[in-house]
Amino acid sequence: MSSRGWPLWEVFVRARRGLAHTHVGSLHAPDAEMAVRNARDVFTRRSEGVSIWVVPAAAITASSPDEKDAFFDPAGDKVYRHPTFYEVPEGVEHL
Amino acid sequence: MSAAAGDAVGEVVGSAVGALSGDAAAQPDEVAAYALRLGDDALVLAQRMGEWIAAAPELEEDVALANIALDLLGQARTLLTYAGTADGRTEDELAYLRDAEGFRNVHLVERPDDGDFAYCVARLLGFSAYQVELYARLASSTDHTLAAISAKAVKEVAYHRDHATQWVLRLGDGTEESRIRMQAGLDAVWPYLAELFETDELVARLGDVAVDPAGLHEPALAYVRGVVHQATLSVPEVAVAPGGGRRGEHTDALAPLLAEMQALPRAMPGVRW
Repeated sequence: MSSRGWPLWEVFVRARRGLAHTHVGSLHAPDAEMAVRNARDVFTRRSEGVSIWVVPAAAITASSPDEKDAFFDPAGDKVYRHPTFYEVPEGVEHL
Repeated sequence: MSAAAGDAVGEVVGSAVGALSGDAAAQPDEVAAYALRLGDDALVLAQRMGEWIAAAPELEEDVALANIALDLLGQARTLLTYAGTADGRTEDELAYLRDAEGFRNVHLVERPDDGDFAYCVARLLGFSAYQVELYARLASSTDHTLAAISAKAVKEVAYHRDHATQWVLRLGDGTEESRIRMQAGLDAVWPYLAELFETDELVARLGDVAVDPAGLHEPALAYVRGVVHQATLSVPEVAVAPGGGRRGEHTDALAPLLAEMQALPRAMPGVRW
């Protein structure tokens, strides 16, 4: 058995109810069921989570590094997109 | 076992373990002897499975087997700590300062793997199937410490059983080569399963403090057979190996295992690290 024969899986863990699953890393596993179990052993052995997702790394479509400038630079000088141009009323919590 | 035991075990000792008080009319030394058996099974298998660290087929499996070994080591620590309260010995004295004839584990857990992953998986299937049934019942023991240890451990061994199950299914119903090796692993383990279910006078005298292993045979084997069939493998038909581990009679494999496990504390008595 070699890693070349085992596909790569991306692992997402939800730390507790109410939070979103967060990407925590990747691992090799022969199939999805084993990937969930391996993720349990590798990423949640110190009680880091209550739920695990695994996704075949090959199923992820990523933005290309070559397109980085066109993708991300135009947002760099558009400060008006940040929600900072209004007064927060007195007494509003959790903002 | 104190400091080197790792992150997974530290929290389990101490809180659950009281001193042997001989509740339910059982003799403290007999409860201790019973706890020692269960603890020795867990300790020796923890050591055997630890041999796979950095030697498993995959990095992920290294971590999985190490986790299982640490679970077993945690069980061993609580059980040996409890057993030691009968005569004032610590878990370390019991683990490190007894020779092979002082150990009360079954032969199944001391037999060497010789780097055979299928054998490791087959043994884990049989042993964890036994442990699931054992701890599920022992959680109702009239001895509150044994009950508390078991209630915690049953969740751990349920995962061990699942891990072994997943591998037996995949290797058994996998390639032609994996199928042959998985069947060979089952065949090699099978003669040693019977000893787990042997009963004796100690267990009988302990009554509701202990669990009669004879009663675990049917449910544990039913589970194992179910997995074997689902994996399209054959239930081995092999002669039962002579046991004797509960009486301190062991195979030649135990002494070298203990020599490695005990080397440091014996060379440097009282050492901490």
